[in-house]
Amino acid sequence: MSVTYLDAIRAAQEKALQNDPSVFIYGQDVGKFGGAFKATKNLAEKFPGRVIDSPISEDAMVGLAVGAAMEGMRPVVEMQFADFSTVGLNQMLNHAATTYWRTGRPCPMVLRLPSGGTPGSGPFHSQSMEAIYAHYPGLVVMTPATVADAYSMLLEAIAMPDPVVFCEHKLLYYHLKAKSLPAEAVPAFKAHVARPGRDVTCVAYSAMVHEALAAAEELAGEGYETEVVDLRTVKPLDTDTILASVARTGRLLAVGESWPWGGVSAEVVSRVASEGFELLDAPPRRLNAKDTPIPYHPNLWSAHRPTAVRIAEALREVLRY
Amino acid sequence: MMDREVGKASSQAEQDPMERMSRAMLRARVLEDKLASLYRAGRIVGGVYLGRGQEGLSAAGGVALRKGDVLAPLIRDMAGRLGFGEPLVDAVRAYLGSKLGPMKGRDGNIHRGDLSRGILPMISHLGAMVSATAGVLLAKRMKKEKGFVGLTSAGDGATSTGSFHEGLNVAAVEKLPLVVVVADNGYAYSTPNDRQFACTDLLDRAKGYGVEGHGVDGTDPEACWEVVGRAVQRAREGAGPQLVVGRLLRLCGHGEHDDGLYIDKKMKSSDRGRDCMEVLRDQMKSRGLGQDWDRWEKEAQDEVEGAVKKVAEEPLPDPFEEDWRATSMVGAAEAVQKG
Repeated sequence: MSVTYLDAIRAAQEKALQNDPSVFIYGQDVGKFGGAFKATKNLAEKFPGRVIDSPISEDAMVGLAVGAAMEGMRPVVEMQFADFSTVGLNQMLNHAATTYWRTGRPCPMVLRLPSGGTPGSGPFHSQSMEAIYAHYPGLVVMTPATVADAYSMLLEAIAMPDPVVFCEHKLLYYHLKAKSLPAEAVPAFKAHVARPGRDVTCVAYSAMVHEALAAAEELAGEGYETEVVDLRTVKPLDTDTILASVARTGRLLAVGESWPWGGVSAEVVSRVASEGFELLDAPPRRLNAKDTPIPYHPNLWSAHRPTAVRIAEALREVLRY
Repeated sequence: MMDREVGKASSQAEQDPMERMSRAMLRARVLEDKLASLYRAGRIVGGVYLGRGQEGLSAAGGVALRKGDVLAPLIRDMAGRLGFGEPLVDAVRAYLGSKLGPMKGRDGNIHRGDLSRGILPMISHLGAMVSATAGVLLAKRMKKEKGFVGLTSAGDGATSTGSFHEGLNVAAVEKLPLVVVVADNGYAYSTPNDRQFACTDLLDRAKGYGVEGHGVDGTDPEACWEVVGRAVQRAREGAGPQLVVGRLLRLCGHGEHDDGLYIDKKMKSSDRGRDCMEVLRDQMKSRGLGQDWDRWEKEAQDEVEGAVKKVAEEPLPDPFEEDWRATSMVGAAEAVQKG
């Protein structure tokens, strides 16, 4: 018996629907069809009237969720792909995210974004949107990397009074497995040391955590101990855990699957440089995807995104300084 | 508490709707004239956007709604807000930035609302309130509430947005009791209708959405009450979304910074350029209510002067007392603030 990352997302939604009558799911093909990735499989049958098919209207999907949240419901909106959430960006950034600040009343909703690259998906089915959402005040942005986190963090997201952008990685959906769902949860806003090490810190999140762990394994064979920090939630960012790790290692590589201009890895490097400058023995580095749209063919795609091999190369450079 | 509210609602319903229209419109016009003066005197930061000439269409929506309904007003809806029950003093507070206002100085002027009263605070992005209002209605339906209606406004310009289209379409798919009132005043800021859309009449779009459509002369308050009131009733009865298109003119600029000189003179001197306040005054006089009208106007002036005076003495937002938090989470507040 094993549970995939996708099973965990489905199970978390089922539990939330069971426990809280104000929860409902809204998205394209999420009803009887069970969603493009089957993240809502069988839920429409189990919870009649609460797993609702939407038209192809990303703006209205988010706008409708904002209104429902204002009226006391807890909508979970599934975007078919994170990339398409750009069409609903206005409602999320200008409406959901400003509601608490403007009115003093919370806007509890979750926007689920099937994120990140998979082979053959190309420019419009591969994007990682966390940096854009994190830039705007008023949103929580989660990027779970494990089966346990996919489950417990989604449950926490649905229970939160504020709008949450839940970036789930499509590459992890089917391949990442655990023995069972977690019985206990680490609070969503705490980063997690996924692998302890004394020589260099590698900060990563979402699918990049697994590339970073593989790189750490490779460097271990060369005698270097890499500490891998899994951010889990990118906003708010757990700077304390990052700085504590850099205090141990003196060296930092921040990895992100998204593009290099700005973003989460830039934020991590910026904070460590300004708040932990004296902890550093080497210039802090970043590794991101290339600054082009995301390629279709696997030959190009695997060179576009950071991989364990490229992360290991970057770590060696940080260690060599 | 419940009995008192029900009693209040029924006594309000018994009141002559044209009297309620008159009062809401007079209060709106007097208040907006005052706001324009305050703006010119430099007492208001930011813009002032008036509903001059559109009070009849706006008020009809507000008056047709009742407690438990939801109103998502736009920038020219002072009359509708007051007709629905937004306290006039809150409008003044929002403009002057009072800390006691519904937005506490964090947002101002027309971008105000009060969710506890069923008034959604508009965002500036046009069309966005259509789907949000639909969401409130969907939630009410899921909570098994009965007999409620939501009403939101748009201008002719807003009908060009994707958000307007998506919102009305989704409301139609869900058969929600939503009334969308389009005030077609011929111009979106300075852009005339012929640069905004190519159809002859926006009302024709109702058929395309599969919703009921209602056209009205927006300068005629009695007609506005009749048509908007009917649309609200249809929605309440379960007939699904209703599209109302009122033709009128705004008798001012887009905002008080704008002289509106681009508005066609012929249109201004046509029936479309009539002032709905004058039309309504004549309508009320012909019903033998001329003296009441004068009294309501005087009451509105006293109320507005009183409200401005009161708000002028209220505390303004203080950056040192502000908690500068954009999320509400208790316990996680510190993390978010650092975030």
